[in-house]
Amino acid sequence: MSDDLYRELILDHYRHPSNFGHLKAPTGKYRDSNSNCGDVIQMEVRVENGKIEDVMFTGVGCAVCIASASLLTENVKGKNVEKVLEMGEPDVLALLGLKSITPERAKCAMLPLKVLKMSLLQEQKQA
Amino acid sequence: MVETSENVQKIRRDFPIFSRLENGKRLVYLDSAATSQRPVQVINAVRRFYEQMNSNVHRGLYEMSEEATQAYEDARSNIASFIGAKPEELVFTRNATEALNLVAYSWGRANVREGDVIVTTEMEHHSNFLPWKLLATEKNAKLEVVKITDEGLLDEDSLDEKLKLGPKIVAFTHASNVLGTINDAKGIAKRVKDAGAICVLDGAQSVPHMPVSVKEIGCDFMAFSGHKMLGPMGIGGLYGRYELLEAMPPFLTGGEMIKEVHIGEVNWNDVPYKFEAGTPNVEGAIGLSEAVNYLRSLGMDWVRSHEKELTAYALSLMVKESSVQVYGPLDVEKRGGVISFNVDGVHAHDVAQILDTEGIAIRSGHHCAMPVMDRYGIPAAARASFYIYNDKEDVEALIKGIEKVKRVFSVE
Ligand SMILES: Cc1ncc(COP(=O)(O)O)c(C=O)c1O
Repeated sequence: MSDDLYRELILDHYRHPSNFGHLKAPTGKYRDSNSNCGDVIQMEVRVENGKIEDVMFTGVGCAVCIASASLLTENVKGKNVEKVLEMGEPDVLALLGLKSITPERAKCAMLPLKVLKMSLLQEQKQA
Repeated sequence: MVETSENVQKIRRDFPIFSRLENGKRLVYLDSAATSQRPVQVINAVRRFYEQMNSNVHRGLYEMSEEATQAYEDARSNIASFIGAKPEELVFTRNATEALNLVAYSWGRANVREGDVIVTTEMEHHSNFLPWKLLATEKNAKLEVVKITDEGLLDEDSLDEKLKLGPKIVAFTHASNVLGTINDAKGIAKRVKDAGAICVLDGAQSVPHMPVSVKEIGCDFMAFSGHKMLGPMGIGGLYGRYELLEAMPPFLTGGEMIKEVHIGEVNWNDVPYKFEAGTPNVEGAIGLSEAVNYLRSLGMDWVRSHEKELTAYALSLMVKESSVQVYGPLDVEKRGGVISFNVDGVHAHDVAQILDTEGIAIRSGHHCAMPVMDRYGIPAAARASFYIYNDKEDVEALIKGIEKVKRVFSVE
């Protein structure tokens, strides 16, 4: 079961994550960690007219967490903030190409989306 | 070698858990530092209590309640003698965490004043760090932290320096749950006492794995957990020197811990009952007592030497792998059967998950010791830990599992 967690898609994005780094002028930024494993993700977003113009992330984590962040940032660029705020676990699993995930690993997979949503909410508050 | 292995086979037959499979494979349980497995003798003792004498203790005058009280107090005597203490010096708690909090809340609140110094170390589990940090904050006292060396030992100079500050309390672990380091509890306790401080020992990782006597060590308090030493979950103990326990205010209040309660006046019960408010974990105490019998029958010297042998074997294989980083001292005289490691470029979570596909149960994460992680500049580590039911085959399974991790992640 967990053997197919480590397929090429996830390993590739773990080794060479997309959108890894910092934004020059983020309009929103948020950082959070998973209490039990110490995975840390920071998301930086630039939102213009309710649309995600750009997004980058930094952090340390397991393959599932980093791949999730990488695939998620690729996916949400250009999307409406409202649409992204509606995303949930099924969307993240679909991005990762997984049918299911154990509860412990779900925390790893979901951390990037949780942090991204917080960065968007934070930027909405400021705007 | 063969002898050890046969011994282990015999031991394993006492542990029903080993008849289950893990991901369809033989269960290779390398997470005893988190919690040990329990032998059928312990499980049966708990069962016997409920089937034959279940009733509340210290209150009933009927036969069965007297029996339960007797069994509970016999357990106390037996467990106390196992750690070299008198029965009245052993307070039953839920676990080591509660025991350490008890000392911080009760002794700490009554004795620590503004500006006092409390010393702990960089090596501690959060349960021997946070109670002191909170106490320091509440009392406006100073929390000083003894450093650890690159090798993973307590830094002697740093310890000396902190002792010179004239601390009120020095709290340190006997054995580290991350680095495996075994501290010279007796030597340190003496220095702490000479410095005029109260010595609090965290025995959570030592009492299960080696002979430990509080009298021999000379500490003032020692905490331990039953579930890490073949006993049930939810039972642990605090050893406290009698005079100290006598003078301390209670921790939790309610039933059992009083002699007399009137609206205007309360008389606390005698030690240790003063610290055991409410209905205690009787099954837990009885189960832990049986666990102590089991360990005694093996002999704690055997337990220590068996783990030393496994640890030496595992370390000898792991240090050969250039892509595997092992933390803590490499000399097995200075360490117990806990090996934390990382595989280059692979997160500890992924290591643990891939090992699980081979039936190998290890832990990954910060092990409730984030200051240790910070010290080595790592977010997490994988940890394998050994106990009486592990053998060389388990070590070899671990090494093979690490090879698989390297294959999956294409680590050179
Ligand atoms: C060194 C050390 N101290 C304290 C504890 C806390 O034990 P418990 O969770 O049983 O209270 C642990 C448990 O992992 C430990 O390893």
